[in-house]
Amino acid sequence: MAMHEASPLPKDQRQDSPLVRRLLIAVVLAFLALFLLAPLLVIVVEALARGADAFWLALQDADVLASIRLTLLVAAIVLPINAVIGIAAAWAVAKYRFFGKSLLLTLIDLPFSVSPVIAGLIYVLLFGAQGMFGGWLQGHQISIVFALPAIVLATLFVTFPFVARELIPHMQALGNVDEEAALTLGATGWQTFVRVTLPNIKWSLLYGLLLCNARAMGEFGAVAVVSGKIRGLTTTMPLAVEILYNEYMSVAAFSVAAVLATLALVTLVVKSVLEWRYADDLAANHRPDRTRA
Amino acid sequence: MASLHPAVLPHDGPKASGLTGRWQALVPFRPDSSVLPGFTLAMGLTLTALSLIVLIPLTALALKAGDLGFSGLWALLTTPRVLAALKLSFALSFAAALVNLLFGVLIAWVLVRYDFIGRKWVDAAIDLPFALPTAVAGIALSALYAPNGWIGAVLARYGIKIGYTPTGIWVALVFIGIPFVVRMVQPVLQEIESEIEEAAALLGASRFQTAMRVLLPAIAPAAFTGFTLAFARAVGEYGSVIFIAGNVPMVSEIAPLLIVIKLEQYDYSGAAGVGLLMLAGSFAIILLANAGLALWGRRHGHA
Repeated sequence: MAMHEASPLPKDQRQDSPLVRRLLIAVVLAFLALFLLAPLLVIVVEALARGADAFWLALQDADVLASIRLTLLVAAIVLPINAVIGIAAAWAVAKYRFFGKSLLLTLIDLPFSVSPVIAGLIYVLLFGAQGMFGGWLQGHQISIVFALPAIVLATLFVTFPFVARELIPHMQALGNVDEEAALTLGATGWQTFVRVTLPNIKWSLLYGLLLCNARAMGEFGAVAVVSGKIRGLTTTMPLAVEILYNEYMSVAAFSVAAVLATLALVTLVVKSVLEWRYADDLAANHRPDRTRA
Repeated sequence: MASLHPAVLPHDGPKASGLTGRWQALVPFRPDSSVLPGFTLAMGLTLTALSLIVLIPLTALALKAGDLGFSGLWALLTTPRVLAALKLSFALSFAAALVNLLFGVLIAWVLVRYDFIGRKWVDAAIDLPFALPTAVAGIALSALYAPNGWIGAVLARYGIKIGYTPTGIWVALVFIGIPFVVRMVQPVLQEIESEIEEAAALLGASRFQTAMRVLLPAIAPAAFTGFTLAFARAVGEYGSVIFIAGNVPMVSEIAPLLIVIKLEQYDYSGAAGVGLLMLAGSFAIILLANAGLALWGRRHGHA
């Protein structure tokens, strides 16, 4: 702004006129109100259509409670696995130079450009009743599809890139200097990682896990294909929303949806707070080349 | 990122490979030099996980679709129902990504250049379509645009129907694509120095001319990349669409839904075939877009 004060130009030639400014802000806010705010409002209104009691009652249904438990279980399995894979991938990509790095990055990002339905389909093709390993699995009485393992696998597929793509630019920006100093001072490789690298990357790791968690708990398409939607057994919360909605149990469907929407809003708030407070740590992630989804 | 390897310590070079010199650099997934330990472990873990979770299952898709052979895939593609679903998915995704492009640039401009109350929170809300589970977005949009919904009822008075029509699909695809262009363009706009705009103004350009001739070319590559990302996401989108679509075969049935239907009929190779056609279409468009972008960059003197 200080630079603007010194400019030889009259103000209206450097800035949009107040009229243009107000008009553009109004258009943007109207668009976002229509597309972002209205859906959120309708969820709350529909969930509370028969009062708060009906809302709470809907959440205490045995099948709904089972879906909440399953969703939490899937996230609890997927998050640590993704953390380990993400850290390993970021360590390999950010700390070393090697031929094929851009190919590896493309492959890590691949799940982002694959339809969630295809993410589910591929596991059915492998492990389904008529899948490639279907006969063998049936012979050994192992169920993967229409059971927890496939739900976890499909969720792992769609969340695969999240942690790595947050960590890689951050670790690249940090460089190797800290680790090399620790090694020179006699630390072992593991000590260096736990005492030097991990504290350095903790905010971007948390940021990646936050996004990963939101996707893991909210995934619908991939899980819908592999779950079989067995009530109380293989129904996650998003699937419960679909089942209840298709059965015209509107209040129940929107009640579960409201819980998921709250999770989404909490995710956005925590994400924003992380961005505002640890802007420097996370800044590397917002360069255009890395925002590619 | 070439400056990441200061030679603080004397490195003993790669041990596992017999190759030396410049040939070393051509062995895939092997580091050229570093003092840090753990490369083998990290790379091994990464490649194992990548293979097990992503690459081998995707190969299964190609193999299963390969059962059909080229003639089978062609027959599948020319089935009226499959062709209609693919056309619908790609056409509506394109139309939705266009809206995302237009409003994405506008939103990014307003968020970067103007200050208004609540700007930070509006900025944070842009990512809602990424954070909100697609099924939740789906039933919410359906409730809004159904003929008896908040918006649907108003439009019904003018004879406009959105819910349970292809227009409804387009609305859902616009919703899920909102963040892509905004998030691509925002950092580019932030980095454009105000001197450039001032120079344009000093040389006699009007504000509109500056926007069209100076700002737009600068943000075009980022906006275009955002457009392709929104498009690719829309082609594969399922959860937010099926509730509002109506899902009438040949009219409002998207390609991902057709995969689900074929799976439910135990037509595995048909499902894999549609999946492969969808992926091929998406990748072809992304490749074309990137080639176009590279060409554009060369013409305008910056990569």
